Amino acid sequence: MSHDEFQKYDARILTPSFVVLLTLTVIGFALVAVRFIWGLGAVTNMSDGYPWGIWITYDVAVGTAIACGGYAMAILIYIRNRMHYHPMIRSAILTSMFGYGLAGFSVMVDVGRPWNSYNFFIPSKWQVNSAMFEVALCVMAYTTVLLLEFLPAVLTTLEKTQWKTLQLLLDRLYSRMGMKRPERIGDRLDMVKDVAAWLKPRLDKVLIFVIVLGITLPTMHQSSLGSLLLIASTKLHPLWYTGFLPLLFLINCMFIGYSIAILESIISSYAFKRPFETKELSGIAGIIPWLTVIWLSVVIGDLTWRGQLGAALSLDFYSRFFLLDFGLVAGGSLLLFSGRKRESIRWLFVSAALIVLGGALYRFNVYLIGFNPGKGWHYFPALAELLITVGIVAFEILGYQVIVKILPVLPKLHTRQQLDTEHGVVEKV
Amino acid sequence: MRKPSRRQFLKIIGTTGAALIAGRGTATASEVHHVNNDTLGMLYDATKCVGCKACMSACKRVNSDYGSLSYERAAFDKDGLWDAPQDLSGSTRTLIKLFKESDKKWSYVKYSCMHCQKPSCVSVCPVSAMTRDAVTGIVDYNKNACIGCRYCQIACAFNIPKFQWDKAIPQIVKCDLCKNTNLIKKGITACAEVCPVGAIMFGKRKELLAEAKKRLQENPGRYEQHIYGEKEVGGTNHLYLSAMPFNKLGLPILKDAAPAEFSEKIQHTIYKGFIAPVALYGTLCFVAIRNMKKGQADEEHVQVAKMGVGDDSAPEHKEDNE
Repeated sequence: MSHDEFQKYDARILTPSFVVLLTLTVIGFALVAVRFIWGLGAVTNMSDGYPWGIWITYDVAVGTAIACGGYAMAILIYIRNRMHYHPMIRSAILTSMFGYGLAGFSVMVDVGRPWNSYNFFIPSKWQVNSAMFEVALCVMAYTTVLLLEFLPAVLTTLEKTQWKTLQLLLDRLYSRMGMKRPERIGDRLDMVKDVAAWLKPRLDKVLIFVIVLGITLPTMHQSSLGSLLLIASTKLHPLWYTGFLPLLFLINCMFIGYSIAILESIISSYAFKRPFETKELSGIAGIIPWLTVIWLSVVIGDLTWRGQLGAALSLDFYSRFFLLDFGLVAGGSLLLFSGRKRESIRWLFVSAALIVLGGALYRFNVYLIGFNPGKGWHYFPALAELLITVGIVAFEILGYQVIVKILPVLPKLHTRQQLDTEHGVVEKV
Repeated sequence: MRKPSRRQFLKIIGTTGAALIAGRGTATASEVHHVNNDTLGMLYDATKCVGCKACMSACKRVNSDYGSLSYERAAFDKDGLWDAPQDLSGSTRTLIKLFKESDKKWSYVKYSCMHCQKPSCVSVCPVSAMTRDAVTGIVDYNKNACIGCRYCQIACAFNIPKFQWDKAIPQIVKCDLCKNTNLIKKGITACAEVCPVGAIMFGKRKELLAEAKKRLQENPGRYEQHIYGEKEVGGTNHLYLSAMPFNKLGLPILKDAAPAEFSEKIQHTIYKGFIAPVALYGTLCFVAIRNMKKGQADEEHVQVAKMGVGDDSAPEHKEDNE
C-alpha cells in the first residue's frame, strides 16, 4: 500500500463549474433552513401515506448504493487480491465518503426529531428487531471507517505541507493588525506535522483491519436496506415484495458499485484531461456480468416461485417499471459479455451507465414506485424537495472536485506506464 | 489464484442466500402466535353507531394537551367554530366517517389505532419509541425517544400513525387508549365513555370477543359473519362488527399472519447472536491478510526478477497471475 501511487491534481479550484455547483449547494441548503423553521410540510410533498419520499429513496437508498464504489473496489483489491487496481481505491473511497456522509446528512434533514438521535447510542433504547436500527448504526460506523480509510491521504499531505497559504494568510493578518506574529504558531504547525508523521505508519499497520471492516459493514447494511421494506407486505407490490429483498439489495449494490467505479474513472479522466484507465476498467467490467447474472436469476427464480411471472409481463403500470429496471440491468450486462466492447471506453461508459440506471431504478421501484399505501394517496416530489436533493448532490461533486486538487487522491500517472512494463517483466520471468 | 478467490466470493453470497432461505422456511413453519386475551381493547359496532361524533370531540378534548392535538378548521369556517378533520391526522386520533353505497345501504365507521397483538410499528421502531405494554396490550408512543423517521407509518397496514407535517417540532400521533388521560382518571377511554348508543364497548379482549360472538349469534342477519381484528395480522385489540363488508369501510383485507413475524424472522436469522457478521469479518480478515503477505512475497520476487532484467524502477504493484 504505497502512498506514491496517488497524486494531487494540480489545477485551479475556482472554475466555472465550481461556481455553478456552489450556487446549487447554497440554494439546497437555504431550503434545508426553511424545512427546519416551518416543518417538513413546507418543502416536501410527503404525506402520511407516503412518509418516505425522494430523500430516503434517492439520497439514502440509491445514494449509498452509488457510494458503494469504495466497497466494491475494496472487495476486488483486498479480498480477491487484485493489487494492481489499488491506485483506483482512493478516489473510490472519497466518493463513498461523500455519498455516505451526505446520505447521513439527508436523513438528519428528513427525520422529524433529529435531536433525539442520541437514542441510537443508549442500549436501553436499542430495538434489534428493527432493520432501521441496524442500517443506522452500520451507516454511522461505515462513515467513520471511510474517514479512517481516507485519513492516509490527509496525513501524507499534512506531513509534507509547508503551510504556505496559511503562513501567508497569518502574515497578512498580523501585519494588518499591526502586530508581530508570535513564534509559537510556527511551533504548533510543526507539531501537527510531527503528529501526522507519527500517526501515519501506525495507521498503516492497522489499516487492513479497518479496510475489512469497511467490507463487512456495507454487506450488512446494504442487505438491511432491502430488509427495511420486508414489513410492508401489504403495501409493496408483489413484483418486488419478497423474502429475498436483502439478498437482491446486496448484489444490487455490488454491481452498482463496480459500474459507478467505471463511470467515475471515465468521467474524472475526461474532466481532468487524464489518460483513460482502459486496462483496469475492462478488468472490472469483466466482473459485473457475473454479479448481474446472479441477480437476474434470483429475480426470475423468485418471481416464478411466487407465481408472479404473469404479473411481471402484464405491461400494466408496475410491470412496465419492473421490465424497465430488469431490461436496463440485463442490457448493460449483455454488452459487457463481449470482450471487445469491454476494451472500448465508449461501450464501457454506456453499459456501466445502463446498469447504474437499472440498479437505481430497482431501488426506486422498491421504495417509491411499487409502494402503494392504499386508495387516495399520491406522491410526486415537490420542487423544493428536489432542489434539496440537487443541492446535496452538487455539494458532493463540489467536494470531490476540490479535494482531488488539494490531496493526493487520483492515481499517479506514471505508475500506469510502469504497470505495463512490469507486466512485461513478469511475463518474461 | 483466481479460482480460490472466486470460490471465496461465491461462498459469501451463498451464505447470505442460505440464511435467507432458512429464514423463509422457519417463518412459514412457525405460525404459533401467542394472543393475550386479557389485554385491553374496544369493540366498535358499526350497526349501532349513529355518527354523532361525540367520540371524536371527547377524544380531542381529553387528549389535546397530552397528545399535542389541535382543532382543524374548515375553509368556510372563518370564526373557527368547528373542528372539521377530513381524516386521521397529526391533530386527530379518532374519526367517524360515513360510507354510503346507496340511499338504503350505508354505514358509519370509526378509525383509530387497532392496538395489534404483534404490532408492526413496535417491531420497526429503531429507538423503542413505539412500545406495547405486555399487561394492558396498549401500543403507546413516546415522543421523547422518537427520532421522527416515520418507519412506523411505512409499517402500519392500517395507516394509523400520523405525522405532524406542518410543525417545526413534529411528533407521531395515534390513539393510546387514553392511557395517560381518561383511562387513569376514569378507567375507560373517552370515546367509549361518551358514546350515547353503546357502539363502542371498552374492556378486556376476551370479554369483547365473547360479546361480539354473542351479537353475531343473536342477530345473524344483521351482521357480516366476521369479527374484524380477531385474526387479522395476528389479532388486534380493537375489534369491529359491521353490516357491510369491512374493506368497503376502509378496513383492508389482511392475512392472519403478522407481517412483523416474517420480517423479524429474516432479520433474526441473519443476525442471530451476531455470529454471521463476526464470522464474515473474521473470514475476510484472514483472506485479506493472507493476500497482503502473499503480495509482499511476490513483490520481493518481482524485485529479484527485475534486477535480473536490469530494470531500475522500483516496483509499486503486487502481481497476481491473472
